[in-house]
Amino acid sequence: MYRAHVLVCGGTGCTSSHSPEIIDALNEELKAKGLENEVQVVRTGCFGLCSNGPIMIVYPEGCFYSQVKVEDVPEIVEEHLLKGRIVKRLLYSETLTQEEIKPLNQTNFYKKQRRVALRNCGVIDPENIEEYIAVDGYQALAKCLTELTPEDVIKIVSDSGLRGRGGGGFPTGRKWSFTAANKADQKYVVCNADEGDPGAFMDRSVLEGDPHCIIEAMAICGYATGATEGYVYVRAEYPIAVKRLEKAIEDAKAYGLLGKNIFDSGFDFDLHVRLGAGAFVCGEETALMTSIEGNRGEPRPRPPYPAVSGLFAKPTTENNVETFANIPQIVLNGPEFFNTIGTETSKGTKVFALGGKINNTGLVEIPMGTTLREIVEDIGGGIPNGRKFKAAQTGGPSGGCIPEKFLDTPMDYDSLLKIGAMVGSGGLIIMDDTSCMVDIAKFFLKFTVDESCGKCTPCRVGTRRLLEILEKITDGKGTMEDLDTMEALCYYIKDNSLCGLGQTAPNPVLSSYRHFKEEYIAHVRDKKCPAGVCKNLVQITIDPEKCKGCSACSRKCPVGAISGKIKEPFVIDQSKCIKCGVCIETCRFDAISRK
Amino acid sequence: MQKKISKIPFKGTPEQEAQLKAVIEECKDDKSRLMHVMQKAQDIYGYLPYEVQVMIAEGMDVPLEKVYGVSTFYAQFALAPKGKYNVSVCLGTACYVKGSQSVLDRICSELGIEEGECTEDGKFSIEACRCIGACGLAPVFTVNGEVYGKVTPDDVPGILAKYKNAED
Repeated sequence: MYRAHVLVCGGTGCTSSHSPEIIDALNEELKAKGLENEVQVVRTGCFGLCSNGPIMIVYPEGCFYSQVKVEDVPEIVEEHLLKGRIVKRLLYSETLTQEEIKPLNQTNFYKKQRRVALRNCGVIDPENIEEYIAVDGYQALAKCLTELTPEDVIKIVSDSGLRGRGGGGFPTGRKWSFTAANKADQKYVVCNADEGDPGAFMDRSVLEGDPHCIIEAMAICGYATGATEGYVYVRAEYPIAVKRLEKAIEDAKAYGLLGKNIFDSGFDFDLHVRLGAGAFVCGEETALMTSIEGNRGEPRPRPPYPAVSGLFAKPTTENNVETFANIPQIVLNGPEFFNTIGTETSKGTKVFALGGKINNTGLVEIPMGTTLREIVEDIGGGIPNGRKFKAAQTGGPSGGCIPEKFLDTPMDYDSLLKIGAMVGSGGLIIMDDTSCMVDIAKFFLKFTVDESCGKCTPCRVGTRRLLEILEKITDGKGTMEDLDTMEALCYYIKDNSLCGLGQTAPNPVLSSYRHFKEEYIAHVRDKKCPAGVCKNLVQITIDPEKCKGCSACSRKCPVGAISGKIKEPFVIDQSKCIKCGVCIETCRFDAISRK
Repeated sequence: MQKKISKIPFKGTPEQEAQLKAVIEECKDDKSRLMHVMQKAQDIYGYLPYEVQVMIAEGMDVPLEKVYGVSTFYAQFALAPKGKYNVSVCLGTACYVKGSQSVLDRICSELGIEEGECTEDGKFSIEACRCIGACGLAPVFTVNGEVYGKVTPDDVPGILAKYKNAED
């Protein structure tokens, strides 16, 4: 028995800020103090509060240390683990009130969360199958194989009200029943872990923090639909997730939880990992299957749907990582466990990746129907630097923006669709008044132009033409007619593209145009960018009243556009200026501004 | 996405060729593992020059046009070698909103090359990448996998200097 456990986050965020070195230092330090048999160090998955990483939690006290450095380790071991004195200066500020230490789940960030898909992330060691088994792991699979018929399993999933978490929102139980209804000599289960939406990382966190739960869910899906083989298609950009998943599969095989005759039930299930190679379109289900087959990842027209002819032309069920992550809990606790959380049409919880201009960036799991205001103000801790909330972008390049007036919209599938946004994969990027909505729309469109696979013309050519219009607008050369053309082209692309990528590519443009029309008009009619982002529409000028003539800016200017005499006001040559803004950052007298 | 194709002559070693042949031997009976072979080949050679693509096509018994098709479709496959230090700037949404474009611009001006290029001495190359999932640290860039988070354009010269001054 260990008397204390030190949990250190081993997710990508904290790993990037050196949590592996912290673990090594901890183990060394503990050994030096002879504590290695009393204190156990566990590398877990993501705790969610990435902005405060690297994160360390010490039990039994439940102390939440944030932004820990390798140099802090000796102090933690000496003071806390040896002498039992908590290192207050390293505590997450919100957990330290007066003389009392608040439990983690009482902090604003965690209070409103409810963890189902992420329940083991940050709790267990993802590389240790026994820790997963200790928290009821593989019990749901055992229950299915020994007590339930495949029809029972599908009924439980249907009754739970679970809908696809990758963006589509299609009822999961119904999807399974389609595949189950088709007779074939071979069927497949595919897990979509090609998380392409830039700014969403919940799938990665689940794979890194709780890989066995995906394996278990896929085996359950295989049993329910009659499939004996599964593929996980995961982004190559997620090396930690790939490594842990591969280890988890190996361990599950060694424990007889994958392979032939699982639990002596006669059910066989085998799992393979396939790596993506950086193509956003492969998140589309038919494109993903084409890619697993070793081809260019181009989508296929539907019908036939994957439930009839999917991977290798066999009936296939494809679900997203987060969808699968909910399955073991639903099977184990019954559909009521899940369908009593959430709203009428959106059951359960949803994980959002909170990023952009917000204090608490990280991963949050909330009951469906929580309002955006609660996420931004309570969980997210508001906007940094006292700036004002402008909009939230949901669903990445396929989604839309939510302006301030809709801050009280419940976050669920149908409410978001109504205001022209979508839940999507769960990327939630917060923007403040220094973000230009036209520029953001252009950013997403550049992304879709790059990622369009080129198979169908409306998407390949249409998105490029649309980008050109936006570039014209942000260059200050747009006309009012361009705005009409832009809108018409958006609808044309939506209506005529082959797959989800093209059909949703115009969404960021349409929704920002809908909610921030005056900003587009300002770019076109007044040739102004109100947020001061679009370089060709702003001028950087030096205020002669404030300038002290110190020459700091002219020395920093990369193109030599600033000149003047020492101790006299300097001026910027607008024909040379590239609007990089280095001078603004350099000036100590606040004399330079962007207008 | 347009890819830059290298004009630098191919310099492969017999050891590299033996490694690639071993990978092909393991996978050649399952054509769906073509991408896996190409990923391994890129690990071995650092990029996928024409000569390597020919070896893969012949070894896997698939048309060269298919190998070329796959290599140009996926962003991960490089047709030009990268610098000794590959600087990769995240242009995912979270990083972009926090100003990663100006970080990228600064790196380009510091090194005197554009995105997708390699310095003449072969020391640095720059690429823009999609989200690496370290959104909590935005904006981020990586140098050969080492992550630098919460960076400003002014941090760039200091970070690059470490690599510029590194012993060869």
